[in-house]
Amino acid sequence: MKFLPLLLAGLLRKKTRTLLTLLSVAAAFALFGMLDAVRVAFNAPQTVTGIDRMVVASRFSIIQPLPYSALNRIQAVPGVRSVTYANWFGGVYQDPKNFFPNIAVEPASYLQMYPEIVLPRDQRRAFLGTRTGAIVGASLARRFGWKVGDKIPLQATIFPRAQGDNLWVFDLVGIFHASVPELKGVEQQMLFRYDYFDEGRQFGHGTVGWYIVRVDDPAHADRVAKAIDRMYANSADETKTESEREFQLSFAKQIGDIGLIVSAIMGAVFFTLLLLTGNTMAQSIRERIPELGVLKTIGFSNRAVLLLVLGESVLLLVLGGLGGLLLARVTLPVLGAATSGQLALAMATRSWWLGLGLMVLIGLFVGLPPALRAMRLSIVDALAGH
Amino acid sequence: MGRAAKPLRTMAVGLLGLLVCGAWLAWPWLMLAAAAGLVPWLLASPRGRHALAIARLGMASIPQRLGATSVVVVGIAGVVGVLVGLLAMAEGFQAALGSTGDDQTAIVLRAGANTEISSGLDRAAITLIGQAPGVQRDTHGVPIASAEVVVVANVPKRSTGTDANVQVRGVGPQAWALRPEVKLVEGRRFRPGLRELVVGRGAQTQFRGLTPGHSIRLNNQDWQVVGVLESGDTRESEIWGDAESVAGAYRRSVFQSVTVRLAGPRALDVLKAALAADPRLRVDVETTRSYYSKQSERLTTTLRAIGIGVAAIMALGAIFGALNTMYAAVAARGREIATLRALGFSGLPVVVSVMLETMALALLGGMLGAGIAWAVFHGYTVSTLGESFSQVVFQFQVRPALLLQGLQWALAIGFFGGLFPALRAATVPVTVALREL
Repeated sequence: MKFLPLLLAGLLRKKTRTLLTLLSVAAAFALFGMLDAVRVAFNAPQTVTGIDRMVVASRFSIIQPLPYSALNRIQAVPGVRSVTYANWFGGVYQDPKNFFPNIAVEPASYLQMYPEIVLPRDQRRAFLGTRTGAIVGASLARRFGWKVGDKIPLQATIFPRAQGDNLWVFDLVGIFHASVPELKGVEQQMLFRYDYFDEGRQFGHGTVGWYIVRVDDPAHADRVAKAIDRMYANSADETKTESEREFQLSFAKQIGDIGLIVSAIMGAVFFTLLLLTGNTMAQSIRERIPELGVLKTIGFSNRAVLLLVLGESVLLLVLGGLGGLLLARVTLPVLGAATSGQLALAMATRSWWLGLGLMVLIGLFVGLPPALRAMRLSIVDALAGH
Repeated sequence: MGRAAKPLRTMAVGLLGLLVCGAWLAWPWLMLAAAAGLVPWLLASPRGRHALAIARLGMASIPQRLGATSVVVVGIAGVVGVLVGLLAMAEGFQAALGSTGDDQTAIVLRAGANTEISSGLDRAAITLIGQAPGVQRDTHGVPIASAEVVVVANVPKRSTGTDANVQVRGVGPQAWALRPEVKLVEGRRFRPGLRELVVGRGAQTQFRGLTPGHSIRLNNQDWQVVGVLESGDTRESEIWGDAESVAGAYRRSVFQSVTVRLAGPRALDVLKAALAADPRLRVDVETTRSYYSKQSERLTTTLRAIGIGVAAIMALGAIFGALNTMYAAVAARGREIATLRALGFSGLPVVVSVMLETMALALLGGMLGAGIAWAVFHGYTVSTLGESFSQVVFQFQVRPALLLQGLQWALAIGFFGGLFPALRAATVPVTVALREL
């Protein structure tokens, strides 16, 4: 710690150069922070919530519904603790551009299945007691300025009403929050009641989109999945049961290899960064050779000089990098607001650690060549300025 | 010059630089013409020749500072490469969907449905739509209309082996006459009533098992692949079969859409009015061109925004890098430049020469980045989830316009990165510069 002033003095020697380097490091890590948030969002957040949940959907196709009768049969499979179901509605609010997921669910069992959906007790009671009731996530409510008590009209795209028109009206009875920031994605959803939906729709009565199953023990999930699929094998409604995470991942995979794109961009960015900071460090050490000679003369060991130079380059990276991550942290909510919640991304804790690791690693990597050079300097040559 | 004036001057130059860069990005040809106007000055006037001479000296010293110079080149190459790559993806997606459909055919969906997959029309409606005025009839008097069943099937992707949603289109007998752009390039057409499929070229390259002679399983039944179609648009992402067979396999009693050939330029309005007036129908009608261009809008806009956003942040980093390098370059040559100025060279040629050097490096970086993007991405085939819950296969399109846009960015970065160092070189008091080092 007592060398900190010395490190800072090294950095402040050429203020313009240090500032410019810091800014480009910050730009690189700001980009890293944002892209990593995208990657995390697409990789379906790995949290403890939901580790015991599985999704049962049609094996043939995402658009193929399953019969309502499967509810009791799945419930009876050994190892299944609870079952609920949902149906994609695909309604449009005002304009097709205002996309958000709106899903018909069985209220009591669905809320029990998803403890990450945090709904105040009285609003929960209202949802259970109102046939036309709907609940929305806080982000979604903010996006459209909805408050409890509002009537929300949705234009059906898939399910016209039995009367032939497309207008479904829901009563907003609750606004929910996500229990952890990583799962903030659910706050984009609107949930309403399956019984209201099934009675009102023109066709498809008695079918549901997919089932969600909670197993007694995640270790037995595989066995339970096989048992459910075997029950429906060779029937008109073959099922595919997989963990919720796998289900979400398969969707993300269909959008494309986001991980690959992000890595490719970050590869280009960090390669440039290595070159840039490496060059800065080399230059700065070259100019300071006589000073390093003085340090050695007054008794700094070779190792101390090595550590000093390494420390300086790591400090440079960490200062700039933290600035960049902070910038990403501040920008992401602004970006979310600007895209009216479509790009609601948050930086995960893991991104911070990964970023910090990268900073130290890059710092060591670019600092090493000049540091070794500084260590091997002989005092006489250094003082002569070579 | 007073000390207080310096930050003011820097700010003024910064603003000027921003204005020039903005103008350059907005009206490149105008700015290029203005830049071309500088050439005679460079070649003819004494000051211009001075600038060229100093620039030549500067460039000659580049080999001595290869590491620092490569920062500018590689940094800008990275920006341009990423920009061109991401924009090429947007371009390719839009090309695939935007070239689908035309103004001579119209698609009829259930009122409110925004994609075929969410629409549904019963048999009575199908007949009414086919008989409506405004629909072209063939020489036998049969309406050129195809009632189609569109479903999504799970087919494993070649690259990952995991299931992906592929659009299966059951078409009517008039489908081939309706879409003359669809050509069979391998095998034969499916026969009505049989479980036979013709697969799109794009789908064939992206998904497993879609080769003529093989069979795939759709809804637990074996379907024979008998041919491959090409059309140059999004049809190539689809699998075609007979409408009745597909409807039967998926236990469908409704169709998703009816596509009709319009009888003339005014036929769309006639058809619209006729269908709207019929109380038995609740449908939306639009040309196939407008239907498909809407499908690409959202993703294309998103991809463009991401591309430009990412590239802009990278460009900031590259500008800082370029500034650093050029400041160092100017500092290293400080004495030499000061000597020139002491000999009577004025400040302007010094500014111009540093700018020329930076722009040359930027251009090199831009060409490197654009070249890499072109070599790596052009024609690269990928697929993604489209609006209708199914995969759209498309190719990255690195068009010349995109390459030029990349170079435009490169030069803008170079201009900004060279401006301040150039100014410093020209304004440092000669006495100070000569004493330095």
